[in-house]
Amino acid sequence: MTIWNLLIREILHRKLNFALGVLSVMVASGSLIGSITLLRIHDIHTDRLLEQKHAELEQRMAQLKDDTRKAMLKLGFNVVILPEDQNLSDWYAEDYASKYMPEEYVHKLADSGIVTVRHFLPSLQQKIEWPEQKRKIILVGARGEVPNLHKNPVKPMVQPVPPGTISLGYELHRSLGIKVGDTVELMGKTFEVNDCHKERGNKDDITAWIYLAEAQELLDKPGQINAILALECMCAGHEGLPLIRKEIAEILPGTQVIERGSRVIARAEARTKVEEQARLSIEKEKIARDELRAVRERLASIMTPVVVTACAVWIAVLGFTNVRARREEIGILRAIGVRSREVMVMFVSRHILLGVLGGALGFVAGVLAATYFGAAHEGLQVRMTDMDVSLADLIFIAIGGAAALAVIAGWIPTMVAARQDPADVLRNDN
Amino acid sequence: MIEFKKVSKWFNGTQGKVTALQGISFSVGPGELLVVRGPSGCGKTTLLMTAGGLLRPNEGQLNLDGQDPYALSPEMRSRLRARTVGFVFQQFHLIPYLTVRQNILTGSLAVPQKEASEKAHQLINRFGLQDRADHVPSKLSTGERQRTALARALLNEPKLILADEPTGNLDEDNAQTVFGYLSQYVSDGGCVLLVTHDARAAAHGTRALRMSKGRLVD
Repeated sequence: MTIWNLLIREILHRKLNFALGVLSVMVASGSLIGSITLLRIHDIHTDRLLEQKHAELEQRMAQLKDDTRKAMLKLGFNVVILPEDQNLSDWYAEDYASKYMPEEYVHKLADSGIVTVRHFLPSLQQKIEWPEQKRKIILVGARGEVPNLHKNPVKPMVQPVPPGTISLGYELHRSLGIKVGDTVELMGKTFEVNDCHKERGNKDDITAWIYLAEAQELLDKPGQINAILALECMCAGHEGLPLIRKEIAEILPGTQVIERGSRVIARAEARTKVEEQARLSIEKEKIARDELRAVRERLASIMTPVVVTACAVWIAVLGFTNVRARREEIGILRAIGVRSREVMVMFVSRHILLGVLGGALGFVAGVLAATYFGAAHEGLQVRMTDMDVSLADLIFIAIGGAAALAVIAGWIPTMVAARQDPADVLRNDN
Repeated sequence: MIEFKKVSKWFNGTQGKVTALQGISFSVGPGELLVVRGPSGCGKTTLLMTAGGLLRPNEGQLNLDGQDPYALSPEMRSRLRARTVGFVFQQFHLIPYLTVRQNILTGSLAVPQKEASEKAHQLINRFGLQDRADHVPSKLSTGERQRTALARALLNEPKLILADEPTGNLDEDNAQTVFGYLSQYVSDGGCVLLVTHDARAAAHGTRALRMSKGRLVD
């Protein structure tokens, strides 16, 4: 016969007392684990909800961004970089700059790593008299876009005019009866017609495009240009122009920046606003979820200790009942030489067993209840593996905590049992 | 085996001081069955508890198997009691959820021994409890219960048995059986201190004393 044999037989004899104790620990442990699991389910729901909203927003923004990008591409370059000393009134009146800057600037800009603008196109424009045809035209010298090598290569918005060729606006080739492949004389130089543009209904219809170096030669402006055209990048956001101006001013101090295409800008701004609104709505949703979590956490922080305390009191009451029922038994055990320490071990072991069993059952009950009822309430399907809380930690809290609770709650009854005076019991009962 | 030297014991209750033992002196040695008889409330049970190291006297000295149990720590006193003393009570005090065999073996909780099962088996046979070995106390007759309690007291082969009204709940036949076992134990060299209010029990003792109001009167 050992203390353990005695313990097991006593438990089997007083099943109801032990079962009520296990139930009590189970309720305490289950409410704690249930609270933790429910809060975790709330977090999972919140994460999933916000992830979904973010994904929807990203998709919507990608679509809007693409729409805006296409619109901007259709409308062409919307950023013009001019020499700093260019009078803007003259520029607006003539639509080309009368001041010049080095062609070198475009390379400086392309090599700078700037991200707020792209598609750099250097040009030299001037209104001239086409001496051979006796008519005013706008002569544009252009070369291909200068690639900015730090960004992914993109398809150029305009095709370069090869050297020795000329592209003509609608009004010019129509009125002069010129076709692609013809040769024309311009300021004493012969050019092969490379392209005849369709009608655009603007100054492009009286424009002739030739290779930049040839324009510089004809206009006697070697190595000079009077504008760099560029396309504003969507990444500039709603702060676009001030940011672009700031960046370009740092790279090309002797220049000024003009933005064109207000419809596109408005569209870009609207897109930015939509994004802001959507992000604000997500933020509000997050705040609402956080507030709901705080309420639930507060409720759990009140309810759980109340339940645990009530269970602890109940365990203590059951402990006292058990000690009272075993008064005679303890008395005789002490009389035959069992030490008070061994009586204490017997009662503490009973409470540990009660706590471990109750804790394990409470863990299962708490997790199941929270997973099924809680997840159903949130409209989720959650498994234990979805939760980033460690299962080992939860089990440790449930079983270790429950065993500790049972031992603490049963401590006073245990001490009463261990300190029971056998003479007192045997004298009075005899 | 056991010697009382001017032992007094009193209790402070709500109605003042109650003297249970007053200047008790006597001794019992191996091969003796001392019967102390007296009316209810005269201090017999207190005498027995004091002898068993369960109730510290207020005055006087006790010698149990050569040691003063009350000079020892509670732990050592428990050990001394487990090795030296066996208790038998009128109410038997069997553990209700243990069988006869298991109740007898509870003695081994205090003195673990390899041969406890074998000893329990021998005691079951000796006390005629073979057919009841796996029964719980509620299924036993009072005589069987007392024989079980006696077997439990003997498991650790104590030098002294302290018996408190061991036949108080038994019929004549069962009482004779119990006295027979106690007499056998004494003739084997054991020592018994038996307290009772039954005058007939004195006939079974090797010596008898009478107690009244906490004093030994003859």
